[in-house]
Order: sequence, then C-alpha cells, then structure tokens
Amino acid sequence: MIELKHLKKAYETEFNRLEVLKGIDLEIDQGEFVAIMGSSGSGKSTLLNILGILDEYDQGEYILDGTLIKDLSQKQAALYRNKFIGFVFQSFNLLSFKTALENVALPLYYQKVERQERLKLAEEYLDRVGLKEWAQHHPNQMSGGQQQRVAIARALISQPKVILADEPTGALDTTTSHDVMNIFRDINDEGITVLVVTHEHDISAMASRTINIKDGLIEN
Amino acid sequence: MRRIIDFDKWDEIFGTIRRHPLRTFLTALSVWWGIFMLIILLGAQSGLENSFEYNFSDDALNSLWIYGGMTSEEYKGLPPGRSINFTTTDYDLVKDDIEGIDHVTGRYYLRGDVVITRGAESLSFPVRCVHPDHAILENTLMTYGRFVNEKDISELRKVCVIGRAVKDAFYEGNEEAIGTYLKIKEIQYQVVGVFDDTGSEREVEMIYIPITTCQSVYDREDRIHQLMATMGNATLSQSQKIEADVRSKMASLHKFSINDDQALYIGNGMEDYNEFKTVMNVMKAFGWFVGIGSIIAGVIGVSNIMLIVVKDRTREIGIRKALGATPYSIISMIVQESVFITAIAGYVGLLMGFGIIFGIDQLMVANDVEIEFFRHPEVSFPVVMTALILLVICGALAGLLPAVKAVRVNPVTAMKDV
Repeated sequence: MIELKHLKKAYETEFNRLEVLKGIDLEIDQGEFVAIMGSSGSGKSTLLNILGILDEYDQGEYILDGTLIKDLSQKQAALYRNKFIGFVFQSFNLLSFKTALENVALPLYYQKVERQERLKLAEEYLDRVGLKEWAQHHPNQMSGGQQQRVAIARALISQPKVILADEPTGALDTTTSHDVMNIFRDINDEGITVLVVTHEHDISAMASRTINIKDGLIEN
Repeated sequence: MRRIIDFDKWDEIFGTIRRHPLRTFLTALSVWWGIFMLIILLGAQSGLENSFEYNFSDDALNSLWIYGGMTSEEYKGLPPGRSINFTTTDYDLVKDDIEGIDHVTGRYYLRGDVVITRGAESLSFPVRCVHPDHAILENTLMTYGRFVNEKDISELRKVCVIGRAVKDAFYEGNEEAIGTYLKIKEIQYQVVGVFDDTGSEREVEMIYIPITTCQSVYDREDRIHQLMATMGNATLSQSQKIEADVRSKMASLHKFSINDDQALYIGNGMEDYNEFKTVMNVMKAFGWFVGIGSIIAGVIGVSNIMLIVVKDRTREIGIRKALGATPYSIISMIVQESVFITAIAGYVGLLMGFGIIFGIDQLMVANDVEIEFFRHPEVSFPVVMTALILLVICGALAGLLPAVKAVRVNPVTAMKDV
C-alpha cells in the first residue's frame, strides 16, 4: 500500500539547512495498523505530512497504492488526498461554524456528491462513532473525545485506503484515548490501513507494528 | 459534471455568510457607503446645476443689459458726477446703429407700489413699461391673447399684458380676462394678453404696458430706465465686440470717457453664462474628485476586509485542502462570496441613494417647494452602475489576491495557525 524508497527532506532557511528526513525506507501493507514513534524533532510529523501529500519531499520515491506521488500539481494532490487518505489531527481541525453532521459531510462535497446523499452518509458515519444524537451540535458544544470521533467519522466518509492520524490522542485523557484507539482498531479490522503517529507507549502498544524514528532515520 | 449554477457551491457560500454576520456586515457596509455617498453627492450636485440652469432660462442667454450710471471722470471739460439717463434716442441708437443686435427693448419702471384696481378690488403689483421685443428677451410665454405690439407703441394705446399670478388674483377661475379693464395708477388699461414665464414666481406677478404710453402718461418725457438687447447667434468674442461698440457709441452720445466704467453698466448674458459654465465645470470636477475618492475609499475598505477575512480563514482553507479541496474550488468560493456581498450591498446602496434623491425631488414637486440653489436633483444611472461594477470587480480582485496567497500556504502550516 505504502512504499518509501530512500526518502529525504530538508528545510532550508536563509542561514541554515535542516535535514529532517535523511533517507527513509519503509513498506506498509494494506490492512496494517502501524504506530510511528519518536521524540519531538525526530521527523515523525514531517513523514506523516509527506505520506498525507500535504508536504513535498526532496529525494527518493513515495508510492501510494501503486501510484508514484511526486511533483504533483496542487489539483492532483487534492484529488489523491480526497481519494486515498483520511486525516485525523491532534487538534481535531473541525470547522467551528459547521455542525458535526456538516463537518463529516465536507469531504464528499469535494467529491461532488449531492447534498442529500452526503448528509445521509454523514449521519451513518456519525452513528458508527456513536454520535448520531450530536449531529446538529457545533464542535464547541462537544467534548474533546467527541470532537475527535467526529473527525474520525469525517476521515472515514470518503472511504480512504489509508487513515493518517497525527497524535490523535494528544489532547485527550487516558480513558478517552483508549476509546479513540478502539475505534481505530475497528476501522483497521475492516481492512483500512491505519498509521498513527504518537509518542505514548501504551498507544503504540495497541498497533500491530511500531516504527521508531530517531534523527530522521528509522531505527531497527 | 459542471452545472451552470452550482447550487451546492452557493449553499456552501450562504452557509459561510450566515455564520459570519459581522464580517459580512463590515464588507457590505463599506461598499454600501461608497455607492450611497456617490449617489447623494451626484444628486446634490445636479440639484445645484439644475437650479442654475433654471435661473438662466428666465432670460435670453445672448442678451445685453445696459444701465446708465454716473460719470466718475472729467471729460472734455464736463465735470464728473453727471447721471447718464437713457431716452428713446438711446433705444434707436442700439436698435439701428449697432451691428449684430437683433432685438431691443427699453424698460421704464413705475416706481414704488403701483396700485391696480378692478372693481372694488385693489392690489399692488410691479409694472414694467416695455417695447414689443421684451417678450423675446424675457422668454415670456403668452397663454392668452398677445403681447405689447408696434401699434400699441406708435398709437400710445392704453393696453396691458398681465402675468398668471395677476390674473389669478383678479379673476375667478375660468373668467375671461382679455377685453376687461384694470386701473393702473388711476388710468384704465384694457387687458390684451395673459402670460406665463419660465423664470421665477416673481416674473408672473408682472404687468406690462407699452413704454410710449407710459412715458407720455406718467413721465411726460421719453426717458428709459434700462435697455436690453439680444445678439442673435453671436459667439462670446462677438458679443464682447458688440458690447464694446455699444459702450463707445453711448460714450460719444452722452459725452463721457470710454474708459469711465461707472458711467455705463453693461451686463453680457454670454459672459455670465460662460462664467456660470466655468463655475459649474469646476464644481463638477470637484464632485468627481470626491465621488472617485469615496469609491476608492470603498475599494480600500473592501480590500482590507477581504485581507482580514482570508487571513481569518487560513486555517479553514488548510482544513479544506486536507479534505481534498482543489485550489480552484477554494479561490472561487472566496471570490464568489466577496462578489456576492459587494454586489448586494452596492445594489442596496444604489436603491437607497436613488430612493432618497427621487423622494426629495417628489417632495419638492408635491409641496411646491422652490429653493433658489436646489432644483430637480437627478443621478445618471449609467455612471452609478459603472461605479458599482467597478466596486464589485475591485472586491473580487481584493478577495482574489490574498486567496491565491492563502491557498499556496502548506495546509500543515495553515492548520497550526490558530
């Protein structure tokens, strides 16, 4: 599903050059549940952004579901993101002026799905994360755990091949964290590849494989 | 698949507008104000201009007004301080000896309150004694009967021509005035005409009688208080030549220095109109200056707000991009929203501005209000539409530039931007 070949990425400023990823080789099969661990500054977030086609890389190759992701136009990148990837962020990133239901339905808007159809689907996905009753609430009326579940429903609605989660439990307490991770496990059981970036060991322990990153390289 | 009207997109736009009332209001306000002020300004300016045009329409534009004054210089042994009084000789001089003059009239005023009597009713109205050409010079419009004619002049007939207000004062509704008699300063005159005037209300309170009758009855001399003449199709420079000609011939007739500008006063309608046109053009230029200023202020207002709006939405743009929004879909959403708000606000400003200008005009007409410097305010629709379209385009551009910039921002960076 995901194949990285000697991937390199550096951030350049006027005065210095910071090499964040120094040659990552990685292969993730379809249906895997992988945790990416590393301390802050290790390059794990950068890796996730590249995997999510939110950021570009300098050297190497990234093949997603048999497609080489390199030098894409903004439009192509948007298309692949919408088709292949569902994002879950640490800070939820819901649109505050939209209801839970509308937030979940938003990716389908960019797939040109009819309004009635996408609201119906959004309701189904909200039901799957146990928030059907909260459909008409705005994000600021919900708890952190609830917001993250809305974000997960939003990530799932476009039926992506890969779910990328960046510290999805970083803003949640332990119990809620485990609830959220259980949802990820359920998703994974349906055959969707799940990648979770975390620095918490009990979270990574719930994944089927853990990849450690240190100083821009994968540790074995 | 593309539809002509993307209802889904408008739904998304309306959703955003509805949930951000303050930002929508502020954008709308600056556009509304720009258009509204422009219309009020143009309306006020046209009101002023129309009132001037109207006041000028009272008299022929190509007219010369000649008054005698008092000499201020010694001339050929004659002392200063002599009054220059016109007589029929001066009338003949202007009529026959000046090239370029086509109509001439003298005026003799009956001084003080002139009591006019009909039956038991006595009222006071101004009386002017004139030549037949006076009707042409004053733009007098006959509604019944005729004006003073040459026969009245040569036979010293006791006839009079009365203004609409005089008729309304002495006669009931449809009562025939022609053929009846009015007593002016104890002498009976037969009414031969009723007139209206394009000028102010004062003009229709006037009574005209033949100048020769007047001279023989009230003056026993052939004095004339004032001469007026028209100059055909003379240009401004030709009119100035005629004016100089009148001055030099009158100077030799009355024996005063041609350079003595206190001895003779000549008003040149062409010169006045020209001056008025110059003043009007300066005012117009000023109006445009302020109008364009208010449009620019509107554009800057919209640009500023769009800049803030887009900055405000950086995070939202990042989120939308992460969910698969193409740059085009985001830019077009922001621009369409901006165009929609500016167009609606501008249109409302336009309607309100027009409404106020139209309302003032209607009120003034309905209540018969006559203000000297304000009349029939009106606004050119094409000018205002151009301004509105300009404002909408600027609003779109103002939204476009920051939107393009915002879309280029990496979604990760954008989403961290709280």
